[in-house]
Amino acid sequence: MPLDWAYVAIFALVGAAMAALPLAIVWLIAPRSSYPQKRLAYESGVIPFGTAWTQVNVRYYLFSLVFLLFDVEVVFIYPWTVVLRSLGMPAFIAMAIFLVLLTIGLLYEWKKGALEWA
Amino acid sequence: MGVALFLNIVTALLEIELVRMFLSVVAVFTFVAIGGAMFLVLMERKVSAWIQARIGPRHVGPGGVLQTIADTVKILQKEHIVSAQADRFMFSLAPIMVAVAALLSYVVLPWGPGVIVRDLNVGLLYFAAVSSVGVIGILIGGWASNNKYSLYGGLRSAAQMISYEIPLGLALLTVAVLTGTLSTAKIVEAQPYPLLYYPFILVNAFIFITAATAETNRVPFDLPEAESELVAGYFSEYTPMRFAVFQLGEYGALFANSALFVTMFLGGWRGPFDLPLIGAVGSGIIWFLLKSYAIVFFLMWVRWTYPRLRIDQLLNVSWKVLVPLGLVNLLVVSFFVVMGW
Repeated sequence: MPLDWAYVAIFALVGAAMAALPLAIVWLIAPRSSYPQKRLAYESGVIPFGTAWTQVNVRYYLFSLVFLLFDVEVVFIYPWTVVLRSLGMPAFIAMAIFLVLLTIGLLYEWKKGALEWA
Repeated sequence: MGVALFLNIVTALLEIELVRMFLSVVAVFTFVAIGGAMFLVLMERKVSAWIQARIGPRHVGPGGVLQTIADTVKILQKEHIVSAQADRFMFSLAPIMVAVAALLSYVVLPWGPGVIVRDLNVGLLYFAAVSSVGVIGILIGGWASNNKYSLYGGLRSAAQMISYEIPLGLALLTVAVLTGTLSTAKIVEAQPYPLLYYPFILVNAFIFITAATAETNRVPFDLPEAESELVAGYFSEYTPMRFAVFQLGEYGALFANSALFVTMFLGGWRGPFDLPLIGAVGSGIIWFLLKSYAIVFFLMWVRWTYPRLRIDQLLNVSWKVLVPLGLVNLLVVSFFVVMGW
């Protein structure tokens, strides 16, 4: 079991090193020249004003909240899928109640307009 | 004598797990770079040219097959430019994160009988987890560029990827219920599924392929990089090599998602017959690659055929169609499984 995660760790480390390798090559061999205009942010040729780090539309946060709810739900179901066969009907009924409750939650959000963009 | 000694040393080395780890990461990364990103970029250009009745790249090498290699050599000579307002560290980190997230999902892909980097017992959960790390890289890239186009590209990408992760997760769960395991190698062994489940498997495959298209930010779900409104979205500030590393991640994820589709619904490395001369393992790998590239071709076909959706339509498809459909499908399939049908 620790060996499994050793594989994952090695993949992450060596993968990051190999993804960084071409970037390092570019850093070594590419010609460099820098002047202020080159380092402006690209805004279709217009000189940008202000920063992009401003407040953004609140709907993005709403969707991330709905997502959190459902993602946690999905994570709860994963272990249940593996043992469903051995636990049988009681496990199915328990999960069905859970899922129906969540579906009611989804319908509520839907009716409240949390899923509308405009 | 010398050869036998050499072979002994090689087998002794292969028995050391660390060497196997290192070799597998190098092999997989080489595949992702060449069979994934480089070949798929060429394939995309050729397929799009074919669909639009053009010719596509044809000057570099026979029929243009070396075009991406020439492009790689070219972009190696282009300097890194970081805009003055950007967050330098985060800006440099983002492409690497996207590439690593794509690479990590290859740990659980079963290439052939017994050919798998590591058969994790939580394979499907692991796949869902690491493929969603990519969205963090994209969000970081969009934010760190300090460019209005990039920020909105990153945010749209985040909204889209998190919305489609739910139906994707539900599709994975339905397969897990059917097979009673989360390990990708065992899922291949459990196929073909009983005929009774076929209608549900088709619904499931539809949900998965739609969600996977959205997860890889491809048309009709390419709002994050919509070139006609956001220039290029989260990577408009990125200079060639960093952009290429983003592309590596993106095409790597595209192939990984297609390969997972093949693993779950098309029998993985199983083929109608064993190919001659290369043995069961070799023909397993060939069948797996053939099927995966066929799915990649299908996704390219979709990309060059359909127009882009609006963001409200995009979110509606996920939350009002795919999520309820996925929930119902999951309940029905698990009811069938519990009843032992």
